[in-house]
Amino acid sequence: MAGLAASFGSGAMTNSIEELEFTDLILATGTNTTENHPVISSFIKRGVRQQGVKLIVIDPREIDLVKYADVWLCHKPGTDVAVLNGLMNVIISENLYARDYIAERTENFDALKAVVSKYTPEHVEKISGVSAKDLKKAARMYAQAKRASIVYAMGITQHTSGTDNVKSVANLSMLCGNVGIEGGGVNPLRGQNNVQGACDMGGLPNVYPAYQQVSNEAARKKFEAAWGVKLSAKPGLTLMEIMAAAGKGDIKALYIMGENPLLSDPDLKHVEKELRNLDLLIVQDIFLTETAQIANVVLPSTSFAEKEGTFTNTERRVQRVRKIVDAPGEAKADWEIISELSTKMGYSMKYSSAKEIFYEVINVTPSYAGMTYERLEKEGLQWPCPTADHPGTKFLHKDRFSRGLGLFHAIEYIPPAELPDEEYPLFLSTGRVLYHYHTGTMTTRAQGPSERYPESLVEINPLDAEKLGISEGQIVKVTSRRGTIQAKAQITQKSMPGTIFMNFHFAGAPVNALTNPALDPTGKIPEYKVCAVKLEAA
Amino acid sequence: MEKEIAFTIDGKNVEANAGQTILECARENGIFIPTLCHYEKTTNVGACRVCVVEVENARSLVASCCTPVSPGMVVRTNTEAVRSAQKMIVELLWSSGDHNCLTCEQNGQCELQNLVYWLQIEKPRFEIEPPGYTIEDTNTMIQRDLNKCVLCGRCVRACNEIQVNEVLDFSMRSSHAKVGPAFDADYINSSCVFCGECLQVCPTGAIIFRQAKFAGRPWELQKTRTTCAYCGVGCQMDVYSKDGKIVKVLGNREYGKPNNGSLCVKGRFGMDFIQHPDRLKKPLLRHNKNEDLKEVSWEEAISFIANKLSAAKKKSGPDSIAGLSSARCTNEENYLFQKFMRAVIGTNNVDHCARL
Repeated sequence: MAGLAASFGSGAMTNSIEELEFTDLILATGTNTTENHPVISSFIKRGVRQQGVKLIVIDPREIDLVKYADVWLCHKPGTDVAVLNGLMNVIISENLYARDYIAERTENFDALKAVVSKYTPEHVEKISGVSAKDLKKAARMYAQAKRASIVYAMGITQHTSGTDNVKSVANLSMLCGNVGIEGGGVNPLRGQNNVQGACDMGGLPNVYPAYQQVSNEAARKKFEAAWGVKLSAKPGLTLMEIMAAAGKGDIKALYIMGENPLLSDPDLKHVEKELRNLDLLIVQDIFLTETAQIANVVLPSTSFAEKEGTFTNTERRVQRVRKIVDAPGEAKADWEIISELSTKMGYSMKYSSAKEIFYEVINVTPSYAGMTYERLEKEGLQWPCPTADHPGTKFLHKDRFSRGLGLFHAIEYIPPAELPDEEYPLFLSTGRVLYHYHTGTMTTRAQGPSERYPESLVEINPLDAEKLGISEGQIVKVTSRRGTIQAKAQITQKSMPGTIFMNFHFAGAPVNALTNPALDPTGKIPEYKVCAVKLEAA
Repeated sequence: MEKEIAFTIDGKNVEANAGQTILECARENGIFIPTLCHYEKTTNVGACRVCVVEVENARSLVASCCTPVSPGMVVRTNTEAVRSAQKMIVELLWSSGDHNCLTCEQNGQCELQNLVYWLQIEKPRFEIEPPGYTIEDTNTMIQRDLNKCVLCGRCVRACNEIQVNEVLDFSMRSSHAKVGPAFDADYINSSCVFCGECLQVCPTGAIIFRQAKFAGRPWELQKTRTTCAYCGVGCQMDVYSKDGKIVKVLGNREYGKPNNGSLCVKGRFGMDFIQHPDRLKKPLLRHNKNEDLKEVSWEEAISFIANKLSAAKKKSGPDSIAGLSSARCTNEENYLFQKFMRAVIGTNNVDHCARL
């Protein structure tokens, strides 16, 4: 998000899901779309099969989307910047870039050109393992498409170079004039139902709702007036910094609403120590999660099916959530709990419904200002939607970038923080599988998905399996510098030789006991996609 | 686009665009033609022939779903020949399957049942001879009873043309023809990803939502539209419930964006968690670290937290407190959470797991 905001001035998906089916080319990188966003993948697959859309996949795994692709660039994990620079090198040296667009709408192109000139296809082949021939083919295909959309997900962001990766993706898109047009754009696919909304609502340490900076005096004054209190001008800590501060004793109390860091965060042993160091840990959730089990207070909240409200999807579309059934026992909606606590602490919050809160939201959130529950009744609205008669915005940056001119960033390739060596000879990459979701709190309690995928599996290439004497279904031990876990082996061509893949859904095989907490310096995202491990039969 | 083709349907002079089918024009003009295999946004295959109409000077009845209109065409949708052909087709379908509405989950929303009723057929003139397939109940999500299959091919087209999962197709020939995954495998042993699009489009009870079996008749269920709580696509879906229990989840094409009625395995079959016995029902509290968590009243839990947070704020300052809001909660709740941290606690230490 930080990467896109730096390039364009806004961190959200630029275009809409429906456009994917009718564009000319899709470049999918770092997204296993068929498993993580299955319904979006159907738009891509329909485009390919029925509308003649070309598809380039850049991914170190032979994901299902590869079956539909015109070109697949299989790169070594963590070499994304090199591959993207290589594509741009070809496009610039073959004069296939959008000269007028670059001149009119962007800045800093010369710096990009200078850096990219080093990344010849041959050089990139040495770094990434992608053949010069395929790289050129993909570059030409991308550049020659009239409209080309780039979709990406955590495979791009969960690296120490995550922000650089995103900036490189943005560079490539601007280089061919693809930002600000229908069917184009740079489209991060959000992994959680309301991650876009949580960001929009100011669930971030540096911004109020609609990305108004806490350090900006005018913004702060506005919220001080709206809320009737003095506010701190000092940006807060990010999640990983909060954890570290808890470990050091600087953070004494932590209030967690609907998150389970004790399965989702990297280097779990460490996280547990940090959380146990707190004086007060409050967890508000629907289940007694791993994190809730070590809390001082656990508050039972309602699930999405037991309350009214709105979620904002990956394409910035605000949609209604409606109550279907009653909450179990004494569980209360999160907004009711927060209101009660706040009132108890002397700051009165008396809301009669989620709708009433929404009206407060639109008053302080310019991009949502034109929305009402009534307008959202039939179909969701995409922000920005500034006024009551505004139809919402299908794609961003038309005619003008949010920041004015699109900014090219000259980015050098930096290898991942931890690479395989003699002791830990394999790459470990992590992610989700189709049948489960995040820390498995919900899906491992669902009969159907659990039947299809009952336990954690380690995906291993047949060559590696043979070398290590591991057979299908055998229990294996995976060890990194941070820990060891056990799970069943699944032998598959999907993993390339030298790389294994695991999911983080199962508490019984918590892959984040292995992952590297090394952070991207800007986005503060841990490097989940690359760390070094060794594998042996258990 | 300007209408350019003039033709007549049931004596009415109407206009159509080039390429429009008779069925499309009829529907546009409020004329009902029954259909069975037809499914919007998939290829018109004319497999069932239920939509036949009479076209003047045509050699035989034509399938209106597959026949484009042409200038001067004279179409009749409700002649004796049309009705008799439709009855014949429906009776053949009826008699070649095990269409026993007494025990069928689709009773009341079955398209074959509707056709039988609309055509006023008392019973088929042919002997009922079901093919005798074994019911496929080898997974907990989708049940298939091919004895109720009318070979309309909607599931095949939904799988290939809507979801593009490319799992289902026809196999065998003539009266042995059937739909399914390659090598006649059960879904659970195939490359099926259980999106459930096939059960959504099936016009009869051949492909059904297994967990909804015996959980409520169609007319007893309450339907609520909501937004899926799994990934960031935000699929619109209908959750069906009865007496406060969730029964099943279906997509709804009428809702349009963003998912046009499609869902995935998690949205459709992953909602058991909502009413799982493990759900938290009361606040839990431990006064010191070595105690077990004990059930307490809301009053006690909220007072405990308020006192502790106020004390921490006083003693170590607001920045000694942090909060994690949630990508799982609503906008309203995220707004309120950060407002609480900023306005009540007085810190900007608020983040969530956007990065994870």
